[in-house]
Amino acid sequence: MAKVPTPAELLPGLSYEPPEKGWMDVKPDFRPGTYCNPASPKWMEWINYPYPAARSVPDDEWALPQDWKEIVLQGMDDRLKRFRSLKLFFDICVRCGACADKCHFFLGTGDPKNMPVLRAELLRSVYRRYFKTIGRVLSEIAGARDLTEDVIKEWFFYLYQCTICRRCSLFCPYGIDMAEMTLLGRELLASVGLNIDWAMASVAQCYDKGSHIGAPPQAFKDMVDFLAEENERVTGITTTPSYNRKGAEVLFVMPSGDYFADPGTFTMMGYLLLFEHIGLDYTLSTYAAEGGNFGWFISHEMGKRLNAKIYAEAKRLGVKWILGGECGHMWRVCNQYMSTWWGPVDFLEKPVSPITGTRFENATVHKMVHISEFTADLIHHGKLNLDPQRNAHIKLTFHDSCNTARGMGILEEPRYIINNVLPEGNFVEMPPNTIREKAFCCGSSSGINANENMELRMQGGFPRANAVRFVHEKYGVNHLGCICALDRATLPTLLEYWVPEVGITGISELVGNALIFPDEIERTTDLRDRDLVGFGELAEEAGEEEE
Amino acid sequence: MQIATLLSQKKSAILGRWLTTIYESYPPETAIFLRKEKNRFDNPMGYRISEGMEGLYGTLLQELERDQILTCLDEIIRIRALQDFAPSQALAFIFLLKNVIRQELAEEIRQENLAAEVLELESRIDGLALLGFDVYTKRREKICEIKADEAKRRISGLMRKAGIGDDSP
Repeated sequence: MAKVPTPAELLPGLSYEPPEKGWMDVKPDFRPGTYCNPASPKWMEWINYPYPAARSVPDDEWALPQDWKEIVLQGMDDRLKRFRSLKLFFDICVRCGACADKCHFFLGTGDPKNMPVLRAELLRSVYRRYFKTIGRVLSEIAGARDLTEDVIKEWFFYLYQCTICRRCSLFCPYGIDMAEMTLLGRELLASVGLNIDWAMASVAQCYDKGSHIGAPPQAFKDMVDFLAEENERVTGITTTPSYNRKGAEVLFVMPSGDYFADPGTFTMMGYLLLFEHIGLDYTLSTYAAEGGNFGWFISHEMGKRLNAKIYAEAKRLGVKWILGGECGHMWRVCNQYMSTWWGPVDFLEKPVSPITGTRFENATVHKMVHISEFTADLIHHGKLNLDPQRNAHIKLTFHDSCNTARGMGILEEPRYIINNVLPEGNFVEMPPNTIREKAFCCGSSSGINANENMELRMQGGFPRANAVRFVHEKYGVNHLGCICALDRATLPTLLEYWVPEVGITGISELVGNALIFPDEIERTTDLRDRDLVGFGELAEEAGEEEE
Repeated sequence: MQIATLLSQKKSAILGRWLTTIYESYPPETAIFLRKEKNRFDNPMGYRISEGMEGLYGTLLQELERDQILTCLDEIIRIRALQDFAPSQALAFIFLLKNVIRQELAEEIRQENLAAEVLELESRIDGLALLGFDVYTKRREKICEIKADEAKRRISGLMRKAGIGDDSP
């Protein structure tokens, strides 16, 4: 029995002095909306992953294997030996706090365990307890703790509240890479059967059928053919993608989001128009029909398994080099991991643009060029006939996707393209502490763009949306551009909650809008069938009024 | 109305204390950060909450359209509707303005015999809280809506291919 609480008594921070609890004693609150569902055993069986079981987060028992503790500690030991970086990151942190307020999940949730320094401590405390003498002897006094089921649950909660965006690393004086710790921590979870359903379903589908969305080759071809027909309807230009064509010069690989989900489909239409415009000798592969790689969000091993098809197809088809579409994590995997996994890539040539003759020295090793690099080079050499006025209805700001920008340094190329396909004055940057290397993440990447954790995603993306709202209110920005398929899938949802006036577009879509073909039909709409400003009937009416 | 004059004169002190109470509903480390970091992009939550509270305070000082009041409430509630708060906790901050005003203006209320005016003011704060329920509910509904819309976008390309418009039943 108790009195009805006063408003002050309802808020814990106000009604009483919080008990002196250390962070180790504060357990995660698994509130629906903040966590991802564990993977269904079906998907794990498809890809032969260990310890499949039907699990539910709110349950006390998580159906861990009997020797789960030994498996995790052995796994940690293995990884400490294989990755010197991991040992370094565990040992070197002095807890200066420079990273503490740089994580979008901390800024959105207000949960101190989302401070990267503390998130890393969730793993580091176990490392100290079992792998450092001081931790073995002094235990909690030395920041060490026993590995218990509660600790595993905490890892599951917080390692899937990190989008591997590496913004915190940028501010760390030692360059400690939280993303690497998260990835390896997720591997440890996977080793005892703990994965998230959204990522695992995508992985299993991709492994079995060729794309995350589970589209078989026929569906992939049908959809791309349909988008080519759409191009013809809007522009009058026949775009003719080929499939599995041996002897093509270039293999083009894109994320599946670009040929199924809107607004990615319009980016795909843009690619097809661009290739037609320059007469590129390219082919698509129905086997390597997925550039994205959710496997990498679960383990390096699974990332490698899903990635295998890209080089395999390049080799089978006998292309000279590979061109990659607008995708963030795909680019990080291809650029930073692929040649290490499979190299040397002696069956491909150093990429050279057949149109401009530019040698892409940066792709010497892995033989894959990003579409933004390729397009920017074409524009730089005057190879594209562009009418920026066809994008006059778009007032744009640009979201630097974490993997392409912070991970790979693709900062100038998309901006160069934007400035050439938009009328002058239609591109506005967000504030400097929210873009380029310091860009705020979309909050839904790294396999957590599920439906059941929507509240978490909206909190994680809040800092990004906050900056978008600023340029919308100050400059009338109505579109957010990006070169990442996960962004195109998740940012529309984020902005629908925070800044519904702003839409999302890929950069190749804007290129497609602006391209002029000699034999095109009169253009009155963009690729989404939206009226262009100053073209068609509207322009004629304006002309009549002037007369 | 004397109380309105006092609210204007003591705006800074009342708002400051009110802001402290809402920050203290977060863990101590977070509360320190929310108070300390002044850059609106590095501390979006602190910025939006403080802006929203200033706006809400303004609703007590001047006559505004209902939509304007709802906008001020939404500035804060749309953040708290996502976070680890029960609905009662998410909205408690509105009622706490009464406590803050009673504390900050205690002397003036006693000396000037403003009890009646305070009651009237507190009634209006109750009104704000009731409107806050509307905003909170809308935001929770919005979460359901964006989930459904995202699911639709995943197959919208296929629907177009099949010739089925997004306005089809």
